Amino acid sequence: MRERSLAIRSFTDLANPTRFVALAGRLLPWLASLTVLLFAIGLTLCFTTAADYQQGETVRIMYIHVPAAWLAMMGYTVMAASALGTLVWRHPLADVAAKCAAPIGAGFTALALVTGSLWGKPMWGTWWVWDARLTSFFILFLMYLGLIALNRAMDDAGRAAKVAAVLILVGFVNIPIIKFSVDWWNTLHQPASVLRLGGSAIDPEFRRPLLVMALAFTCLFFTLHLAAMRTEIWRRRIAAMRRQAARGAASA
Amino acid sequence: MMALYLRDLKLATRAGGGALTGILFFLAVVAVVPFGLGPDLKLLARVGPAMLWIGALLASLLGLDRLFQAEREDGALDVMLMQETPLVLVVFVKCLAHWTASGLPLVLISPLLGLFLNMEPAAILATMLTLLAGTPAITLIGAMGAAVAVALPRGGLLVSILVLPLVVPVLIFGVSAAYAAVEDPAPFLPPFLILIAISLFFAVIGPAAAAVALRASSE
Amino acid sequence: MPFRLRVDGLGASRGEDPIFRAVCLVLDAGDALLVTGRNGTGKSTFLRTLAGLHPADSGTILLEGAADPTAPVRESLHYLGHRNAMKRDLTVAENLVFWSRFSSRSGDTDPTVPPEAALETVGLGGLGHLPFGYLSAGQQRRAALARLLVAHRPVWLLDEPTAALDTASERMVEALIAGHRAAGGIVIAATHQALDVPGAQTLTMSGFAVPA
Repeated sequence: MRERSLAIRSFTDLANPTRFVALAGRLLPWLASLTVLLFAIGLTLCFTTAADYQQGETVRIMYIHVPAAWLAMMGYTVMAASALGTLVWRHPLADVAAKCAAPIGAGFTALALVTGSLWGKPMWGTWWVWDARLTSFFILFLMYLGLIALNRAMDDAGRAAKVAAVLILVGFVNIPIIKFSVDWWNTLHQPASVLRLGGSAIDPEFRRPLLVMALAFTCLFFTLHLAAMRTEIWRRRIAAMRRQAARGAASA
Repeated sequence: MMALYLRDLKLATRAGGGALTGILFFLAVVAVVPFGLGPDLKLLARVGPAMLWIGALLASLLGLDRLFQAEREDGALDVMLMQETPLVLVVFVKCLAHWTASGLPLVLISPLLGLFLNMEPAAILATMLTLLAGTPAITLIGAMGAAVAVALPRGGLLVSILVLPLVVPVLIFGVSAAYAAVEDPAPFLPPFLILIAISLFFAVIGPAAAAVALRASSE
Repeated sequence: MPFRLRVDGLGASRGEDPIFRAVCLVLDAGDALLVTGRNGTGKSTFLRTLAGLHPADSGTILLEGAADPTAPVRESLHYLGHRNAMKRDLTVAENLVFWSRFSSRSGDTDPTVPPEAALETVGLGGLGHLPFGYLSAGQQRRAALARLLVAHRPVWLLDEPTAALDTASERMVEALIAGHRAAGGIVIAATHQALDVPGAQTLTMSGFAVPA
């Protein structure tokens, strides 16, 4: 950020993959250091704040669980925005962004599910309950996995991106319906009130580490996403060069 | 468009068509349930609507992957993409034909399977009604999955993986409406109307999304 | 109405590899174009780009004098690809009747041939009742050619129309092309077999990796 050339003059500048790779290369060390720093502060805060009088030490799981859950949802939102970019503006980086966000989003979703489970065992006495929130998250996880499977199954990157974008957007439209239906289903089968996590106001004592951790996780997400996008662009270039080499050999 | 509808119906019912396979699969799934749960008639009556719904869901997903793949393999999809008729309409008509050939028979045979599961007449009727309202939604959502996976040689399993999370709401409202008809306090109408709303919603979204995906994968 | 197919600066790629660039063509009613070139040089991609099935990177395709100038050009084209677009489980006649109904538009005044007559023309008279899957490869190709006759389109795009055909059938294809041109149509055919099309322009695809 010392160099003026880093400034993005317009949106189209970012669209150029070469420029993007250069920019990502400069940004990544800074972003990564910031992530480490935030995690250092956040984790220190997590372990130095007092334990909750009801939840005991297990409240510390929340500092990881809640940001992971937020980021899992943000990951899908990033994917949906990229999908829109692919379909509407045919932005060359949008399909790379969507493809790379899927595994990261799936990772955060898995983290949220696992930490939720770990928290649930001492608090609820069971690893898993079919609570509305857990269930919707589980379905979100399945959607992430389906998209990853689709991306892996297609060899032509451009076509895969457009097709996946359709699915991402339909999934995005469907998320409120799924949430609504799961809430309905849950109230029908069991009372939901007992297992509500939120509701009560969070004490400032707990809010500070939570916010720092949320920031740290967000930085982590963007670091990983940027690195994954850069790798994906390189991978596509190598694939293009290989194809060119094959054709050169064939015509010689 | 009538020509397309009739052609797809003919194809589904001729040798090699998927209509009969779907019904047999439905039969097999429901027939296996008592072996898993035990022959307790009370228990079977209680899980009956849910089993019929899950069986119908799996059976309607069965032949969906071929919906566009067969057209693509013999080149017919290319010709359809070039016509004056909007692709959305073509997709919708194909869905309609697919549902008539493989969804409707499931609805019609469900009362018979309901008897096997010792369900009350009211429960049988309610399940049949909810299946009638809900299976079109499964076909329409599935058409989108089929269009997305059209270019894949082994798309069949992938279609199910992609579509299942999206049909969860259909299953939830279908089953709750079916149960509401039997269990007293719960009202039948609200979930049933929501189910119809979902079907109508996907009658719009499904073909549109499938058309975009088909165009993208012809390139 | 006389019309003219005008292609300006057309280019397309497959993935990130360019296949052809800056192709310019003008074809008047009654003209024909033979697209030749070795395997993998992009003959099929060129035809698919014209048909609107493959995205063009640059350039325009215009049909001047078309009945509806706002309609996409692809609606005025017949495209016969490598595959025959016929269902094996339906009879030949059912297949043709379907395409005739599916492709014909309301208020169409252009001449179309009934399915039986079209089958007669391609030398499959009396075979209409057989399932398409029972035919030999050459017969299947001829049935696919009959599809071009049952609904009228001014421009034909034929990708290897004579694949799997014997010499006599190749003459039949030449006659079909001549007939369509005589009626004021345009034919664009990609082929690597010697096809006798009098007065046809030729476009030789060289591919990008090979310097011409």
